[in-house]
Amino acid sequence: MSAEPLLSVRSLSVDFSTYGRVSHVLRDVSLDVPARRHVALVGESGCGKSVTMKAIMGILAQPPARIVGGEIRFDGRDLLQVRGGEWDAWRGTAMSMVFQDPMTSLNPVFTIGDQMETILKYADRRLGRRRDRRGRLDRVYEVLAQVRMPDPERIAKSYPIMLSGGMRQRVLIAMALLTEPRLLIADEPGTALDVTTQAQILKLLRDLVEERGLALLMITHNLGLVREAADFVYVMYAGAVVERGPAVEIFARPSHPYTRALFDCVPKLSGETTFKGIDGSLPDYGAPPPGCRFAPRCPLAVAMCNRSPDERPVGPNHSAACWRLEEAVA
Amino acid sequence: MSEPLLEVIGLGKTFAVRGGLLGTVRGEVKAVGDVSFSLSKGEAFGLAGESGSGKSTIARMIVGLTAPSAGAILFEGSDLASPQGVASRRAIQMVFQNPGSSLNPRRSIGQSIAVPLEARKLGRAHIERRVARLLDLVQLPADFRVRYPYELSGGQKQRAAIARALAAEPKLLVLDEPTSALDVSVQAKIIELLIELGRSLGLTYVFISHDLSLMRNFVSRVGVLYLGRLIEVGSVARIFDAPAHPYTRSLIASVPVISDAEQAMKPKEPILEGEVPSPANLPKGCAFHTRCPYAFALCAEIFPDAVALDVDHFARCHLLAPGESRLRDTAAVRAPGA
Repeated sequence: MSAEPLLSVRSLSVDFSTYGRVSHVLRDVSLDVPARRHVALVGESGCGKSVTMKAIMGILAQPPARIVGGEIRFDGRDLLQVRGGEWDAWRGTAMSMVFQDPMTSLNPVFTIGDQMETILKYADRRLGRRRDRRGRLDRVYEVLAQVRMPDPERIAKSYPIMLSGGMRQRVLIAMALLTEPRLLIADEPGTALDVTTQAQILKLLRDLVEERGLALLMITHNLGLVREAADFVYVMYAGAVVERGPAVEIFARPSHPYTRALFDCVPKLSGETTFKGIDGSLPDYGAPPPGCRFAPRCPLAVAMCNRSPDERPVGPNHSAACWRLEEAVA
Repeated sequence: MSEPLLEVIGLGKTFAVRGGLLGTVRGEVKAVGDVSFSLSKGEAFGLAGESGSGKSTIARMIVGLTAPSAGAILFEGSDLASPQGVASRRAIQMVFQNPGSSLNPRRSIGQSIAVPLEARKLGRAHIERRVARLLDLVQLPADFRVRYPYELSGGQKQRAAIARALAAEPKLLVLDEPTSALDVSVQAKIIELLIELGRSLGLTYVFISHDLSLMRNFVSRVGVLYLGRLIEVGSVARIFDAPAHPYTRSLIASVPVISDAEQAMKPKEPILEGEVPSPANLPKGCAFHTRCPYAFALCAEIFPDAVALDVDHFARCHLLAPGESRLRDTAAVRAPGA
């Protein structure tokens, strides 16, 4: 890839101040999301996935958060240098979000059509576009059809309670598509759904990436979904990216000791799982380990791990931040 | 096989739907219908299914939180609804899905664990000894006795909930999605603990989950539920290596996995269309016929009988009936043992 990817996060570091105490949450997070690619950011609760996502969307509450370093480049511009009003024009139009919980993210007292039309009304106002309600509703029907909803006009007249979980998830995706964003950020898509419905949603997201040339950043803890859906994967642990690579590579050769331990914990359909788990717990972000943040829980840790590990290549476009890679893969 | 510890016979549950100002009955939801299975001592039996399949309703009926509308539940041979059976209910305990809401936030962990012991009118000193022993059993530090749920992580809370369930010295534990609220690395620890406790205390488990991969690794037999009906029952080896019912096959086919080896062992079935219909409006005949790629006229008319495919492997599907050849030439449904 020679051209700059649509979204490029460079060495992003975020601190949080709570009750006079500073937590160093994100440390030097870098990731790229090119157009027409489905990129996944995986990690367990508390690893900083949501903070990363909120920083990209510009919805991180500051304070308590403070971006202490790095860049968030979108289409060649550093969003962190863009001031309030201008960012508002970007957010929701250049990039938008698909929220996690289809059961609670919709307002129960308005119809789907009303809720979607309102989004468009404000987007139009921000962008100085003129369009009447009829015109906006036409766009709503168009987008509902794009997410494979049968009979969009009927869906638009429905209240959320009248729709199933899978339909509501489709509505949330449609809402994110209303303003024709170029980047879609999906927070745990489908994890609240049954597996048979989840498979349909993943297929829909995949089609949207291909047909509409979207860049998709998916944030999830579900490794199975990542393997099914993503092209490229970033694995996060305790606020840092510990491994990155093409999905095929990561699943064939997980290399960082954390990635490997995490993969071991996932129950296998073949029935050959040893439930060892990972000993210990996430470090205290107030006083994180000086070097590798996984070192205190890592069976391979040595004195050198007190220094921040370099990213070292494992395979084509695949690297892991670990001093003990050779021992880990052995 | 020894005498079964738990026998569920023709279990059914219908909820009335009330509406209007006077709360008149407007209709009914058939949440569970004609479910039968049995468990021998020391066994782990899994109930798998999607939302609305009735798995939690069955769990609640087993522990006595919901009264069945049809059928019976026998525990060690006696009906749980009989006076004799009611006395043995203490031997059946439940671990709930979300430890964040199943522990009382205003009670310390020690107090929560002591509730079942107090109900038995044990002495103070005895209770304290038991609580200490139970904390040790679930591998929590002794000083957690005085801590409150908000001070604990999700995994620690679930351990405390398990300790509380064990306080009544149960023979049967009903685990309703015990790890679905936890991260996988924590889930692995809890499952490891449950396996160990099962072995050391000789516990019998009913394990309810929508996670089929997890189920394969934890139980020895599985029942697959669709809209309140058991549509296939068998050993894990049979269910996962030779699933017969089209729904079971599609369900396993849509489980996201993390390796090519697992991908290869999934049945080759297309992604199911549509979603699980509402239990308030059950399709006639086989409830799965509205989504089944192999459905034919009979499926919309008559609910299929159970077909024995092997020792302890049953499925309810017209396509599997002896003499039925509709699917012989497609690879979709393999003959038993093939």
